[in-house]
Amino acid sequence: MTDIKIADAFKNGKAFIPFITGGDPDLDTTKDLIIALQDAGSDLIEIGIPFSDPIAEGPVIQEADERALASGTTTDKLFDMLKELHDEGKVSVPMVFLTYANAIFAYGKEKFMKRCVESGMQGIIVPDIPFEEKEEFEDVANENGISIISMIAPTSEDRIKMIAKEAKGFLYVVSSMGVTGVREEFATNIEDMIATVREVSDIPAAVGFGISNPDQARSMATKSDGAIVGSAIVKIVGQYGKDCVPYVTEFAKKLKDGVQKATA
Amino acid sequence: MVTKGRFGKFGGQYVPETLMNAITELEEAYNRYKDDPEFNKELTDLFNNYAGRPSLLYEAKKMTEDLGGAKIYLKREDLNHTGAHKINNVLGQCLLAKRMGKTRVIAETGAGQHGVATATVAALMGLECEIFMGKLDTERQALNVYRMRLLGAKVNAVESGTGTLKDAVNAAMKEWSSRVADTHYVLGSVMGPYPFPTIVRDFQAVISREIKSQMLEKEGRLPDAVLACVGGGSNAIGAFYDFIGDEEVELIGCEAAGEGADTPRTAATIATGKLGIFHGMKSLFCQNEDGQIAPVYSISAGLDYPGIGPEHAYLNDIGRAKYVAVTDEEAVEAFEYLSKTEGIIPAIESSHAVAYAMKLAPKMSKDKIIVINLSGRGDKDVAAIARYRGENLQD
Repeated sequence: MTDIKIADAFKNGKAFIPFITGGDPDLDTTKDLIIALQDAGSDLIEIGIPFSDPIAEGPVIQEADERALASGTTTDKLFDMLKELHDEGKVSVPMVFLTYANAIFAYGKEKFMKRCVESGMQGIIVPDIPFEEKEEFEDVANENGISIISMIAPTSEDRIKMIAKEAKGFLYVVSSMGVTGVREEFATNIEDMIATVREVSDIPAAVGFGISNPDQARSMATKSDGAIVGSAIVKIVGQYGKDCVPYVTEFAKKLKDGVQKATA
Repeated sequence: MVTKGRFGKFGGQYVPETLMNAITELEEAYNRYKDDPEFNKELTDLFNNYAGRPSLLYEAKKMTEDLGGAKIYLKREDLNHTGAHKINNVLGQCLLAKRMGKTRVIAETGAGQHGVATATVAALMGLECEIFMGKLDTERQALNVYRMRLLGAKVNAVESGTGTLKDAVNAAMKEWSSRVADTHYVLGSVMGPYPFPTIVRDFQAVISREIKSQMLEKEGRLPDAVLACVGGGSNAIGAFYDFIGDEEVELIGCEAAGEGADTPRTAATIATGKLGIFHGMKSLFCQNEDGQIAPVYSISAGLDYPGIGPEHAYLNDIGRAKYVAVTDEEAVEAFEYLSKTEGIIPAIESSHAVAYAMKLAPKMSKDKIIVINLSGRGDKDVAAIARYRGENLQD
C-alpha cells in the first residue's frame, strides 16, 4: 500500500501533469521516463494503457498506442513494470492510468483495481466511460480506493454540476472540442466551466487536450489548478524513440516552469 | 441509476463526455418526432416516392425448385433507390437532422452503400456531407467513392488501423466530437451509443412490417424463417423486428466467417467474439485477451466489422434469434448462384444470407416458407468477385 494521494499533486500550487503511453517505445523507456518526469517536477503522472482504437485520441497518441502494442506491451507487463518501480520505492508522485473501457473490462475489473493498488496507481481516467456509465467500474474502484477521474467538456454545460458533485481525485477539464493533440485555440468558456464547478465542489480541476508549450501551460494553469500535457510530450517520444529521455526531461522542465508562472 | 438504452446487459452509452449532450439532444429530438404525424407523413412520402417502397416480396420459384425444399421469397431491398436497405435509415435520420436544425451530416461507410445513401439524401435535402471510409475499402469499392463525390460529398480515406469499417467509425466519431453544433452523425447500423441502435432499428423496421403484410397477402400466414446477413446488423434487425413477438418465426442472422470462423481471418462476432465495451456500446466484439480489438476480415466490406449491434447480442443471448457463420467461398458461390438462377445479382453481404438459405431450404419440407432479406444489389461487387475468381477487370 501507499500513502501517496492524488490530492498531493495540488497542495503545492498549480500542478504540472504530463502524460506518456505505457510501453512507447518499450517498457524500459517508460520506466526511465517516469523517473525523469518526476525529477523534472511533475506533480502527477498519467500513464496510458495502449488501446487498439483510442477514440478520444488524435494521431500522435494513437500512433504511440500502436508503437506500444507493436513492442509487445500488454496490460500485465505494464503492471509488472509499475509494480517494480513501486516496490523499489522510486516513485513519490501520484500516478493515474488513462485507458479505454474495454482494456479494463477485458482484464477483469476486480483484478485490474487490485493490481492498480499493488502498483501504486491512484486513479483511472477512462474517456469512454461518461458519468452515466461510471457504475461499470465504480463499486470495485471505490472498494480498492482507486479514483475514477471524471471529465468535463466545453459541451457539458448543464452536466457540469452533476459531474463535479460526484467527482473524485481531480476533475479533468477538456480544453476544446475533438480529440487530443496540439492546437492553437482553446474553448473560450474554460473559466466559466471552472466557475460552475466551484459552485458545487472544491475538487482540483486541471485542463488538458492540446496544451503544447510552456506559455499555454501557464495560461491554462492560471485558469485552473493545473495543466495536463500529452501529445506534445508523446511526439518527442515518437521522434527520438529509446533516446527520448533527455529530450522529454528538458521539455518537461520548461512546461513545469510555465505552470509555476501561472497566477492564482 | 438505471443506464439508458439497454437490451438486457447489452447497449448503453459509452462515449466521451464531449458527445454526451449531442446524443442526449438526439434522443430528445427522436422522442419528440417519432410519433409526430407530420414527421411520419413526410418520411412515408420519402419512402414511397423517393426510395421506391414498398420493396417487392418476390417468390424465387426457380431457386425453390432447384433446392427442392422450403419455398423461398426474397425481400427486394436491393431495388430501393441507391440499391440497398441503407436508404431507409438515412432518410429517417436526415429528416430528423433537419428538424434539429443541423446543416451538415457525416457518416462512416464500409462497402460504401451507407455512404452513398447518406450522400444521396444529403444532396436531396441540401445538407453538407462528409463520409469516412477505410483506406482499404476505398480501394475495394472505388466506384462507390466516385459515386459519393458525384453526389457532392467529401470522402475521407481513413488510413489508421486496418483501414476498414471499424476505423471509419472511429474517424466519424472523432469528427463528430470536434463539431457537434451544426453536425449530425448519421450512424449506419444498429450500433454505437443509445439512442442509435433504437433509432436505426425503428427506421429499418419498415422491412419486417412490409414482409409481414406482403406474406399475409400472398400466403395467408407468417414465414417459418427469416434470414438476413449481419455485420453491425441493421438490415437483419429491420427484417426481424416485427417478427420478434411471433415465436413461430425463426430468425437467423448470417455472419461473415471470412476464411472460416475457426481461423483468424474472420469477422464472425457471435461465433468468436466476447463481451466488451467499444464504439459506444456494450456488446460482443472480436478481441484479444487484453481487449485489443481484433483486425477482422471478410470479403464483404459491409460485414467486415469486429462487433455486432447490442440488440442482436441480446436476441442471441435469450435464444430468440440464432446466428450462423458463412465463409467467403460460400458467399461467392451464392452470389453466382442467385445471379444464374434468378437473374438477380445480390450484394456480397446479402449473399451470406442466400448461402445459408441454400443449406437450410433443402432440409425443410415444401410447405415451409423462408424469407431472405436481399439487403442490397451486387453491381458494386462484380469487380471484386471477378478478382476472387482470378479475373482482373478494367472498370
